[in-house]
Amino acid sequence: MRITCPYCGERDRREFYYRGAAVDLDRPAPDADEAAWDDFVYQRENPAGPTRELWYHEGGCGAWIVVTRNTMTHEMIDVQLASEAQE
Amino acid sequence: MDKLVAKTPCDGLLPLTVGSVTLSEEEAVTIHSISPLKGKQKALSDVLKAAHGMACPSANRATGKAGARAVWFGPAHAMLIGPVPDVALMEHAVVVDQSDAWTVVRLEGAGVEDVLARVVPVDLRSSHFKRGHTARTPLFHMTASITRVGENAFQIMVFRSMAKTLVHDLRRAMEGVAARG
Repeated sequence: MRITCPYCGERDRREFYYRGAAVDLDRPAPDADEAAWDDFVYQRENPAGPTRELWYHEGGCGAWIVVTRNTMTHEMIDVQLASEAQE
Repeated sequence: MDKLVAKTPCDGLLPLTVGSVTLSEEEAVTIHSISPLKGKQKALSDVLKAAHGMACPSANRATGKAGARAVWFGPAHAMLIGPVPDVALMEHAVVVDQSDAWTVVRLEGAGVEDVLARVVPVDLRSSHFKRGHTARTPLFHMTASITRVGENAFQIMVFRSMAKTLVHDLRRAMEGVAARG
């Protein structure tokens, strides 16, 4: 798999650290109820198809990026900086 | 405690010449990371230009010249190598002294691109990677910063703790290329 870093260009996937589903960008408010936090910490989709994930370019520029990837085909659909990504 | 001797990261390891390529340690200078505050990129670049004669490097680029360089190191992150930063920079950026944290070496000579091709996944040939271009990329198993500083010369930076590994890995690559004649 190859991931296109918005800064560095196309690089091998092994340069990147996998963080998980891109839910971190949508963190509940500190005083949100238990259900919201339970959802945020534990509940994950396991889609067969496009999924949004957070990756870190640790072997390169250090950017956090949101990668949209198709889990069925391994197609890299989209990459954007986490700092610019909106749900 | 008054008999401590300051040593550079590659003390006792370099210089090293194999075939047509030479690996040497750059002269120890001050190194500062510069991270612009939000929205201050332009103002920082202006101050950097006025104080040290070079603009802030854009992504994958280095500015300045030997003795005073600014190397792009990542998003909102550059390394000022050489000059002691002017205090005016701190109005627009977070400046941190990292002088002793980095191994800075120079790999130079005919065939230098062949040596780097053995340990770096990025295409560093001059058709793609010209003087003033820089890349954050793995070098064998280390994260490194690689900048072309001349027609056949590269500046390579890794963490200070990786100095011996860097020299070892580059030596292997240099010997491999030299062995092919």
